[in-house]
Amino acid sequence: MTGTISEAVLEQDLASMPQLQGSMFEGRGLRSRLYTGITWLLAILASLPLFSVLYMLIAKGGARINWETLTALPPSAFEFGGGIGPAIVGTAVMVGIGAAISIPIGILAAIYLAEIDPHTKLAQTARFLAKVLTGFPSILAGVFVYAALVVAMKSYSAWAGGIALAVLMLPTVILTAEEALKQVPQKMKDAAYGMGCTRAQVIGKVTLPTGIPGVMTGVLLAVAGAAGESAPLLFTALFSTYYINGWEGLGEPTSSLSILIYNFSGMPYDNQIELAWTASLVLVLIILVFNILARVLGRQKY
Amino acid sequence: MASNPFAHVVTKVCGPPSAADYGADKLLRAVVWGAAAVILLLVTYIVFELGRQAFPAMLSFGPEFLYSTTWDVQAKQFGILPEIWGTLYSSLLALLLGGVLGVAIAIFLTQDFLDHRVSNVFRTIVEMLAAIPSVVYGLWGIYVLIPLIRPGANWLHDSLGWFPFFGTSLSGPGMAPAALVLAVMILPTVAAISVDAFKRVPYKVKEAAYGMGTTRWEAILKVMLPSASSGILAALVLGFGRALGETMALAMLIGNSNQISLSLFAPANTLASLLASSFPEAGPIEVQALMYAALALLAITLLVNVFGLWIMKAATRKFEGR
Repeated sequence: MTGTISEAVLEQDLASMPQLQGSMFEGRGLRSRLYTGITWLLAILASLPLFSVLYMLIAKGGARINWETLTALPPSAFEFGGGIGPAIVGTAVMVGIGAAISIPIGILAAIYLAEIDPHTKLAQTARFLAKVLTGFPSILAGVFVYAALVVAMKSYSAWAGGIALAVLMLPTVILTAEEALKQVPQKMKDAAYGMGCTRAQVIGKVTLPTGIPGVMTGVLLAVAGAAGESAPLLFTALFSTYYINGWEGLGEPTSSLSILIYNFSGMPYDNQIELAWTASLVLVLIILVFNILARVLGRQKY
Repeated sequence: MASNPFAHVVTKVCGPPSAADYGADKLLRAVVWGAAAVILLLVTYIVFELGRQAFPAMLSFGPEFLYSTTWDVQAKQFGILPEIWGTLYSSLLALLLGGVLGVAIAIFLTQDFLDHRVSNVFRTIVEMLAAIPSVVYGLWGIYVLIPLIRPGANWLHDSLGWFPFFGTSLSGPGMAPAALVLAVMILPTVAAISVDAFKRVPYKVKEAAYGMGTTRWEAILKVMLPSASSGILAALVLGFGRALGETMALAMLIGNSNQISLSLFAPANTLASLLASSFPEAGPIEVQALMYAALALLAITLLVNVFGLWIMKAATRKFEGR
């Protein structure tokens, strides 16, 4: 008897209570679902260009990938065949020059920012300027090096191209290396100081070896970015249809993959346009390899 | 033989730093100080060098350079108003589109819509969008995007031609393809900074909103977005700064035409693509004018970027107190 009474009371209670459980199709729930749907659509829309670009690279550029294309000289206007060999070498050499300049300076500056004096006026200004420089239009690096170097040397050169790339790589290297060095646990450094190490010894024997994977991540990302740059090379390295000729060749106009793509993209010849796609595929592959390496290194945590 | 055989080891391990050690320490400090100073010198030198090269043009063309509209090498008349307009217009259009997509992706990635693996896939996609070089986007724009949007653009022009945005037909390169590609290019910047902004909002805040019985989207729109708003604003400003300086894709897609038009389908020009297309063949006087234009571009981007960084700093301080 008692059971039935309480059940009746319970049913009354339930009926008088507000509906607390949300329903899928009632106004608020429905709106929530609608927005979720829109977000999915936007996310898929945003990834479409990537798949389209990759498809075109493989479909159009993949057709011409062979040893001849990768090594031969670029064709002139009505010529058939030809390749992108000098451009691959040129890109590698100029990115190499850029890396050789920006990596040592960048890592040393990062040591100052992260370890030696993080709060001085110099450190704060340098950090701020590095951040500002990450948003620096890459074409202005070209204009700057043109004004500072090409005019003085009276020639377009691989040196000028490499230095323009170094200007663009430097802020990335500094900022990522600083972050990486800051991640090194204070305890490890304290232990080294406790052993009587000087600052330089702690940095050389503890901080740098521990932080190096993170530093390398930044370096590789900077290299990948520089390989894809074209605006700074446009009037520093210009273009050439021949391979770099030894040390002296570094003082002459030099070809690069990105400028080859730019020059060939506007030409009315199918052969050149096909080569532009092939060069794009090679360029994107190079960049992806560096990106993947950066990710693999970045994953290691201590 | 009476001496301690480990003496040399002991002094090496336990001794105080030698004079050489102190010397190395001093040297390292000096070297890294110098390396940090390099970036200051570099920025100063860039501004000084561009200013020095542009100075003759500033004297001969004056401020009129910034608001006159002809670029005529023969007549030695130079004005960059169409380029300033094109730079701002294309960047604003790109920001409108890339901003919405970027913030939507940031919400998508941070608000627990996705299984961990799926969200990693989308994160990789966004990172790869950022990794593709500008020239490749330009090439893609010429051979894929322009043919793709041309029928739609011309239909819009034919049926809604009285509307200023559709005032001309799209004959090839133009503002619309340039702005679309630009939107794709700034999307990763906006998404990455917005993701950080959302992650900075303490989890408690969202929990409190759910505790009040909000739906997921009420929590996002009424609580998360306002809390992350300053960080998202920074993302948009920095994305805008990125768009202002973007060069190659625009030089390939915008048509390099010296005119001011509201139409989305008309060719236009930007400061960066003016530099890219005119610099290699310019004579001495045109080079001076181009240096002046470069200085204008530097001023605009520096202003926007410093503003963006300032907002970001304020946004970080809001939650982390530093």
